[in-house]
Amino acid sequence: MREPTPRVQFNGVSKHYPGVTALDGVGFSVAPACIHALVGENGAGKSTLVKILAGAVRADQGVIRLDGNAVEIRSARAASAMGIAVVHQELNLAADLSAGENVFLGRWPRGPLGLISSRKLNQQSRDVFEALGVRISARSQVGELSLAQRQMVEIARALSLKARVLVLDEPSAVLMPQEMQALFAIIRRLATQGVSVIYISHRLDEVFELCKAVTVLRDGRHISTRPTDQTTRDTLIREMVGRPIAEEFPQRQAALGEVVLQAEGLSARGRFHDVSFEVQSGEVFALTGLVGAGRSSVGRALFGALPGIRGGLRVGRTRGPFQSPREAQRAGIAYLPEDRRLQGLLLERPVNENMSLAHLRDISTAGVLRKRIERHRVQQAMREFQIKAAGPEVLAGTLSGGNQQKVMIARWLQKPYRVVILDEPTRGVDVGAKVEIYTIINRMASAGAAVLLITSELPEAIGMADRIAVMANGALAGVLDNRIRAVTQEMILELAIANYVPRAASAVNGTQPR
Amino acid sequence: MTTASRNTLLHWLVFARMPVILLVLVLVSAVLTQGGFLQTDNLVNVLRQVSFEGLIAFGMTMVIVTGGIDLSVGSLVAVTGVAAALAMQAMPNASPTIRIATGFLCAVALGAGTGAASGAMIARFTVPPFIVTLAAMLIARGAAFILCGGKPVYQLPEELMWWGRGFVFESLLGRLLPTPVLVMLCGYVVFLVLFTRTVFGRSVIAVGSNAQAAYLAGIAIRRVTLAVYLLTGALCGLAGALHDAKLMAGDPKVGEMWELNVIAAVVVGGTSLFGGRGTITGTLVGALIIGVLNNSLNLLHVEHFWQKVVLGIVILSASLLDAGLRRLGAR
Repeated sequence: MREPTPRVQFNGVSKHYPGVTALDGVGFSVAPACIHALVGENGAGKSTLVKILAGAVRADQGVIRLDGNAVEIRSARAASAMGIAVVHQELNLAADLSAGENVFLGRWPRGPLGLISSRKLNQQSRDVFEALGVRISARSQVGELSLAQRQMVEIARALSLKARVLVLDEPSAVLMPQEMQALFAIIRRLATQGVSVIYISHRLDEVFELCKAVTVLRDGRHISTRPTDQTTRDTLIREMVGRPIAEEFPQRQAALGEVVLQAEGLSARGRFHDVSFEVQSGEVFALTGLVGAGRSSVGRALFGALPGIRGGLRVGRTRGPFQSPREAQRAGIAYLPEDRRLQGLLLERPVNENMSLAHLRDISTAGVLRKRIERHRVQQAMREFQIKAAGPEVLAGTLSGGNQQKVMIARWLQKPYRVVILDEPTRGVDVGAKVEIYTIINRMASAGAAVLLITSELPEAIGMADRIAVMANGALAGVLDNRIRAVTQEMILELAIANYVPRAASAVNGTQPR
Repeated sequence: MTTASRNTLLHWLVFARMPVILLVLVLVSAVLTQGGFLQTDNLVNVLRQVSFEGLIAFGMTMVIVTGGIDLSVGSLVAVTGVAAALAMQAMPNASPTIRIATGFLCAVALGAGTGAASGAMIARFTVPPFIVTLAAMLIARGAAFILCGGKPVYQLPEELMWWGRGFVFESLLGRLLPTPVLVMLCGYVVFLVLFTRTVFGRSVIAVGSNAQAAYLAGIAIRRVTLAVYLLTGALCGLAGALHDAKLMAGDPKVGEMWELNVIAAVVVGGTSLFGGRGTITGTLVGALIIGVLNNSLNLLHVEHFWQKVVLGIVILSASLLDAGLRRLGAR
């Protein structure tokens, strides 16, 4: 039997950056109407391949064929004209425009006189959202939407472009399980309509649940492409990592000490209210809940990065709430923000500056930096965390997601803290690096830190935490004892959706405070 | 050529683009003026002319690296100069050293204070720097005229002249190193160290590249923002007092358009107006480029009006070249 002409065919695609080979002769095909997974560790070359397909970067060598025709994708505009739509991990939306305006960004429907017709715009976006089955008001401002909703806006944009090829770069990283199922339904529907979907994810369960074929990249090389029913999870992991991984969640003997973090009736207007909990030294305490439940806000509030906090807070002997991150840091809190590119990294600055940023005082005398000490520390951290970069002078923005995250963690590991708040520490991080990060978390806890692990990945909460707090609708819905790792995803979800009100709905009703 | 050697060449070009431009400019000037440009007297003159605005440009570099801008520098030179002259005039019987010291102190304090006020407004109330310093520019210029009733202030101590027109180590070096040039070079060293070797300098860069990240890393971003405007104001005060010495008068009209020259020097020197990237050495080179250009146009008897056109074109081409080379380097 003859195979149908592939929708996308990569042939010997290579890309070199100074000092790094991002792609090395990659070749594989994606069939029409196929959901095709692309997996690999960070730095394996997935992002570069996507950038080439999106027209953001040009390959040094190799040919890309679309439906059999060799194409040169010179720009993002050219890519979308060819029917290639990419939903990046870092969403590209104009926060001050409405959801509808974003869906039709630059292609706004015109009315008479050539002016933008907001009536048509809203009607058409409503249609797209309806076709997707999502509840987002076309008029709501994107800046006010949750991450999951913003992602839907991006997918809606791709859909409205009548894409032949839809690339989704880690779409599930920001989603809760039921949101994920909704996304899967949409992807499957698109595939039956003939769209080829290239699905990038670190979650292998999803790959097997959703995708028909899977391609593994490692170190810029193509390792394998197979139908998913002819491979296994273990095979994929072995191919991705190049070595077997013993355990996804490394074990830890919890040795709990005194209470070092105590929140009592903590509230932030419009975000969360009356949140009380205690975390002991040596404990990993997970904070989870649906997107928009207020998890991240609690983290920010503890770290003094959210104004107008009421209630009681104690860290060791210091009383809060803190007025600034600086104050919180002095009290002994370390904080890894949710969005490393927006809130964490100086993308256009070198790795060493990024790593030292929170501890400039410790590497200086009388305000003057001691560069030798800095270099020493940074090189040590780069070795310890196996950060793949040509050197400390490499710009942080050029690193892969996992390596960027390791730089962020290294920033806060330069000295011990009483309380460590980690907001989605493994988002967009590959299997191998994930285990490394889990090991680091365990090490911090064993060293006596109280770890507050904010996560949307339930297996992560269950695998890592001693107790799991579940937030719903800005309140603490309950705390589950997980010392013997006996909590199930169902138990968490039950608490999370107990009194769940979707955010978009409340925003439309005007009850969402600004 | 192999990829590696091409990359090295490219990186070198990107890194050293400004000094290269300066060198080319110097050579062209030398040829066009048939060596007149290279006369020692002329070179010393160029340096002296550059020194006032160059000094301020070091502070401006930091302001621009934080993502801000300071339009008030020219007016600050005027008001601090007038204030210093008034202070010196007001104590005719004190010893010259004390009069001069008081004058400099007044000027620097007034400049730093005004800069700090602008900085506080920008940092605390998040008013755009453009607006705040535009207002400060108007207020300071007006204040300069009000302070002296619109007339230049004379009767300054004779000894002041050395600071503006004199030479350092004249007996040893001859007329080689004008005092204001030495002051500028000191400023260069201080700001170079401050920018590249201190916690403060790192914080300035961090605030400019990603203010939120800097904030979440425990950097006191308000304090840093305030400080860069304060430092720039202090430099304006220093330049104001030095300029008094050059004119032997406090003149409320000095410093007009300086803000644009200073910003031009910073930008030609490769500092990004978007913040987060810039160098003090680049600014020094940028100031020299503009100085050399102005000087050779004068030597060539180019009409004043045409000088402005040429200057505009040079600023534009420097920025375009910079952007082009940077893109090449990034690819």
